[in-house]
Amino acid sequence: MTSSILEARGLSKGFRGFMAVQGVDFDIEQDSIHALIGPNGAGKTTCFNLLTKFLQPTAGTMRFEGQDITALAPADIARRGMVRSFQISAVFGHMTALENVRIALARARGGNFDFWRGEKILNQYNDQAQALLVDVGLDDHADTQAALLSYGRKRALEIATTLALDPRLLLLDEPTAGMTEADVERIVALIRKIRKGRTILMVEHNLSVVSGLSDRITVLARGRVLAAGDYATVSRDPAVIEAYLGSDHSGVDHV
Amino acid sequence: MSESALPKAPPRELIWGFTGAQSVAFALMLTTLVVAPFVAYPVFLMQVMCFAIFAMGANLLMGYTGLLSLGQAAYYGMGAYVGGYAVQTLHLTPEAGIALGTLTGAAIGAVFGWLAIRRQTIYFAMITLALAQFVNFFAVQDTGFTGGENGMQNIPRGRVAGMFSLHSDLHLYVFALVVFLIAFLFVHRVVHSPFGQVVKAIRENENRAISLGYKPAQYKWIVFTIAAGLAGLAGALNALVTHIVTLTDVGNATSGIVVLMVLVGGIGTIYGPLIGAAIIIAMQYYLASFSDWVTVIQGVIFIACVLLFRRGIIGELAAKLKLAL
Repeated sequence: MTSSILEARGLSKGFRGFMAVQGVDFDIEQDSIHALIGPNGAGKTTCFNLLTKFLQPTAGTMRFEGQDITALAPADIARRGMVRSFQISAVFGHMTALENVRIALARARGGNFDFWRGEKILNQYNDQAQALLVDVGLDDHADTQAALLSYGRKRALEIATTLALDPRLLLLDEPTAGMTEADVERIVALIRKIRKGRTILMVEHNLSVVSGLSDRITVLARGRVLAAGDYATVSRDPAVIEAYLGSDHSGVDHV
Repeated sequence: MSESALPKAPPRELIWGFTGAQSVAFALMLTTLVVAPFVAYPVFLMQVMCFAIFAMGANLLMGYTGLLSLGQAAYYGMGAYVGGYAVQTLHLTPEAGIALGTLTGAAIGAVFGWLAIRRQTIYFAMITLALAQFVNFFAVQDTGFTGGENGMQNIPRGRVAGMFSLHSDLHLYVFALVVFLIAFLFVHRVVHSPFGQVVKAIRENENRAISLGYKPAQYKWIVFTIAAGLAGLAGALNALVTHIVTLTDVGNATSGIVVLMVLVGGIGTIYGPLIGAAIIIAMQYYLASFSDWVTVIQGVIFIACVLLFRRGIIGELAAKLKLAL
């Protein structure tokens, strides 16, 4: 049996009496791609925010690589090698694509509190940043202001920025949301390429993406785990079919 | 292909992170400041430089970090009192006086900032205002230090390093110009430092910066402390220039006026604070005969600024010329 990189036990989050997530348990196996799916309002994004500590759980514990991370600050989660992306593409708009990636690489310097030094010191990361941009197919856009990139390219830039931290666990919040078919294919190919040596947890609505990529799937509905397993198991589960897939589960884009 | 892939920072920088346009502007500014005391009243010009330093600090907070402080006068005023006290009562040299004023501003800013950065947006602004109110009440008490309603008067300008007298306006002007240039280059450096890059990232998208492992509170705290230190420096320098420190220097109107200077000059621009300070101080000098109406006129300018040219004078100019200024 492979070991799990992240374990959640009894994870719960209530908002003024409304339980968005209730007693969720799951294990993410090392080097797997794990998908979190479920109908709208199932608690996927809340779960995601709990795991990265952007929200504080009401109850439950989380262990990353065997260590309890339940009480850590979100920046500390990132420093341990568990880095997330956002549903709404999160780039630093007034900085160039290269600068976006560089700011993540510069984390390796520590805090970057040196306000008395010139920013040329960051040029040492240019080659590495450029290489990451090449990886995600943005090599021609290194000097473009991030805000001016197309939606698909912003997502690619976000992935390059996330990869710059060399995370062991990558959390992708709807990596293909709102994308054209061609962009979806690009991102799927990119995820396949970057998965080597990493574990990926993703929230995703596009079922064809989920079925093609993920090793394991956890289905959430109304804040609880409805089913877990590989795509074949999950998609045959009557409870899942009723709650989410309906009679037709041929990869409908759930928007 | 390989050419476009080469990392070339869009506005090509020449020296110290100055772009071509900024270097030209710098030369222009320097020439103006060197010639100005022979044409205009030196004390007026020195006050412009004092408030420009003050506004540059406020601009670091407002423009580059996205934090609106409504209590900057606390650091300015206390810097002025301590600077004035140092040269008048302790008989220290003027450079020691402004150094102590700077440290005072930074120290109070470090404490107040530590409290204020726990909140965002309008709540942050309200906390800075409330904390500045404490300082204001302290200054009103006639403890013998601030002089209460009378303020601190007849502050001597002293001698630099105990040798060069600053008694004449022109000598003090040279001193003030050097201090201003150091502050200007310092602020430019902070903006274009690795630290400044992280601050920019935090302003652009705070959650994303957190998810990359940065802790925004630490950066905001440092910027706040720097801005307060610059306010203290400006206050102490102004005490030497005008020979007095009054309750006005530590009052809410002063906190408001520095925000106005940043907005009129151009928020988030490097030359904006100087232009903003020049315009507002000029209004106070040359419209003084309208007495209370100056405040009304300033209010109208503020409204016009918000409605018509939100980027401020330098900001609008930069946008028109498509340059970074």
